[in-house]
Amino acid sequence: MNDDIVARIEANPKYHELVRKRSSYSIVMSILMVIAYYGYILLIAFNKEWLGTPVAPGMVMTIGIPLGIGVIVFTIAITNVYVRKANTDFDDMSAEVIKEASKK
Amino acid sequence: MISRTARNIVGLSLGLLAAGGVLAAGADLGNTTKQATNWVAIAMFAIFVAITLGITKWAAARTKSAADFYTAGGGITGFQNGLAIAGDYMSAASFLGISGLVFANGFDGLIFSIGWLVGWPVITFLMAERLRNLGKFTFADVAAYRFAQTPMRSFAATGSLVVVAFYMIAQMVGAGQLIKVLFGLEYIYAVIIVGVLMMCYVLFGGMTATTWVQIIKAIMLLTGATFMALAVLFQFGFNPEALFAKAVEIHPKHLAIMSPGALIKDPVSAISVGMALMFGTAGLPHILMRFFTVPSAKEARKSVGWATTWIGYFYILTFIIGFGAIVMLTQNPEAYYVPKMVDGVQAIGADGKPVWDGLKGGGNMAAIHLANAVGGNVFLGFISAVAFATILAVVAGLTLSGASAVSHDLYATVFKHGNADSASELRVSKITTVCLGIVAVLLGIAFEKENVAYMVMLAFAIACSANFPVLFMSVLWKDCTTKGAVAGGIVGLITSVVLTILSASVWEAVMHNPKGSALFPYSSPALFSMSAAFVVIYLVSKMDNSKQAQLERSLYPAQKVRSETGVGASSASAH
Repeated sequence: MNDDIVARIEANPKYHELVRKRSSYSIVMSILMVIAYYGYILLIAFNKEWLGTPVAPGMVMTIGIPLGIGVIVFTIAITNVYVRKANTDFDDMSAEVIKEASKK
Repeated sequence: MISRTARNIVGLSLGLLAAGGVLAAGADLGNTTKQATNWVAIAMFAIFVAITLGITKWAAARTKSAADFYTAGGGITGFQNGLAIAGDYMSAASFLGISGLVFANGFDGLIFSIGWLVGWPVITFLMAERLRNLGKFTFADVAAYRFAQTPMRSFAATGSLVVVAFYMIAQMVGAGQLIKVLFGLEYIYAVIIVGVLMMCYVLFGGMTATTWVQIIKAIMLLTGATFMALAVLFQFGFNPEALFAKAVEIHPKHLAIMSPGALIKDPVSAISVGMALMFGTAGLPHILMRFFTVPSAKEARKSVGWATTWIGYFYILTFIIGFGAIVMLTQNPEAYYVPKMVDGVQAIGADGKPVWDGLKGGGNMAAIHLANAVGGNVFLGFISAVAFATILAVVAGLTLSGASAVSHDLYATVFKHGNADSASELRVSKITTVCLGIVAVLLGIAFEKENVAYMVMLAFAIACSANFPVLFMSVLWKDCTTKGAVAGGIVGLITSVVLTILSASVWEAVMHNPKGSALFPYSSPALFSMSAAFVVIYLVSKMDNSKQAQLERSLYPAQKVRSETGVGASSASAH
C-alpha cells in the first residue's frame, strides 16, 4: 500500500538532503556531548588538583563545581536545542517530502 | 546495637566505594536499621495509594485492547510523557543515594549526577524519533523490523527480561530497606505492599495507570526536592558560596569536600562506567517503551526534551540538598546522629565534645533528616512517602515492560507467529503481570540479606551491551542481518554478565573471595562488552551472504524512509 509513496520519497533528492542534514546535526551534537562528559571525567581522572582550585582567591567554591553544574546545564540545553530544531526545520522538510510524494 | 549497625553501614558503603564498587554504590540503599513507626509518613503514603488506586479504576475503564494496555492508546502528550519518563527514571536510590553521597563526600556526588544524566541526549539524537516511527509496543518491534521475527524477538525479549529482573531485584530490596527507616515497618511488608500495588496498577490500569502513577510521583518528588533546596538556599541568602563555606567549616573532611575524591580511580573504569550510563539508558526496555505512548515522532522528541530537563534539574537539587544536610544536620547532632557509646555512656572526644557515630538509619538518610530539619514532622512524612512511592512507580514501569516482552514478543510473535488476537494477547499480558509480581516478591525476600549494589549497574551494562547495539545497528546500518544482530547481542549479554561476576563488586563483595582476587579489575564491563557486541554484529553480518541476509539488506531503504519520515508509522491509537 505504501510502496509507491516509499519509492517516490526515495527518489526525491529533498529526502536525501533531509536525512543528510539531520544525521550530521545529530552526530555533531552527539560528539559535543561526548566531549563535554568525557572531558569532565578525564579531568577528574588526570587533573584533580586543577578542579580543586578555588574559583577566586579567598573562596571555597572550586572550579570543578560550576564546571560540573555546567555539564548538567549543557546536557539539558543541547537536548532541547536539538528537539526544537528537529521539531521545526527538519519536520517542515519532512512534511514537504511526504506531501510531494502523496500528491502524484 | 543500633550504633554498631549504623557504623557497619557507613563502613560497608565506604568499603564498597574503595573496593571499586565505585559509581555503582550510589545506586544502592545498603542495609538499614528499623526506626520507630512513623504514622505521619504512613498516612501520607496511604493518601498517595488511595489517589493512585482511584486513577487505576478510571484507567481500567479505558483499558480494553492490547494497544491500551501497552501504550495507553498512544494518547499521552509529549509533556506528560516527559514527566512520566522522569518518574520512571528518578529512583529512590538516586534521590537518597546521591544526596547521601554529597553529605558524606561533597563533590563526588556531582560526578554521579552527571553520569546518570548523559544518556538522555544520546537517546534524543539517535533513538527517540526512529523508535516512535518504527515501533508499536516494544523495542523488539523496532529491532526486528526487517529481520527474521523468531530469533530477533526471542533475543530482544530475553534482553528485556534480564535487564528488568536485575533492576527489579534492586528496587524490591531497596523498598524493603527503606520501609524500615521511613515507616518503621518490617522489611517483608514493603516487599508485599510494593508487589500487590504494582500488580493492581499494571493489571487493571495498564500503561494509562502506570503513566499517571509515574507523573504524580515525578511531580511530588520534584516539588519536595525543590522546597528543600530553596529552604537551604534561603538560609544563606541564595548565595551558594556562603553555603559551601559553612559546609567546609563544619564537615569533618573540611576543604576536601570541594574536590573530587577517591570516586574515580583509574581512567579505564571511568570511561567504562561512563559508557554503561551513557548508552545503557538507551537500552532500558521500560524507558524505550515509553516512546510508544505518544502519537508522533514530534511528541516523542518533546518527551525526551522535557525528561532531560526535569532529571537534570532534579540532580542539581540533590547536590544542594546534600550540602544543606551537611550544614543543618551536623549542627544538631542530638536530633539526627547516633551517639557513640562506650560502656553504656556516650564517648567524649579529646576536645571535650560528645562523639557521634553516623546518621540515624544510615548514610542514605541525609535527605530524609533534612526534610525534618527544614519542614518538621509533616514534611518529613511527605518526603518519606515520596521516597517510597518512587520505588512503586519504577517497579510498575518495569513490570509492564516485562509483561509486554512476554506477551507481545514471545507469545504473539514467536509462539503464535503474529496470529494472536488482541484479546488473547491482553490475557497473556495480565497473566504475566501476576507472575512477575509474585516472582518480584519472592526475589525481594530471597535477596533481603544479599548485597545488591552491583545490580543496577549490571542492568545498565547489559542494556548497553546487548539491547543498545542490536537496536542501533538494525536501525542505522543497512548491512546488518538477523544472524549478526543476534550473535552480537548474545555476545554482549554474556560478556557483560561474566565480566561483572569476575569484578570486585560481585567476586569479592558478594561471593566473599579475598580482597584483590577479582580477575576483572574495572568497575564496569561496558567498554569491553559493548565493543565486543558491535564487533561481532559487524563481522557476522559482513560474512552472512545467505538469501535471508540479502532480503534483509534489500528491505533497508524502505525501513529508513519510515524511520526518518514516519510514513506508514503506527498511529498507536489503533482502535
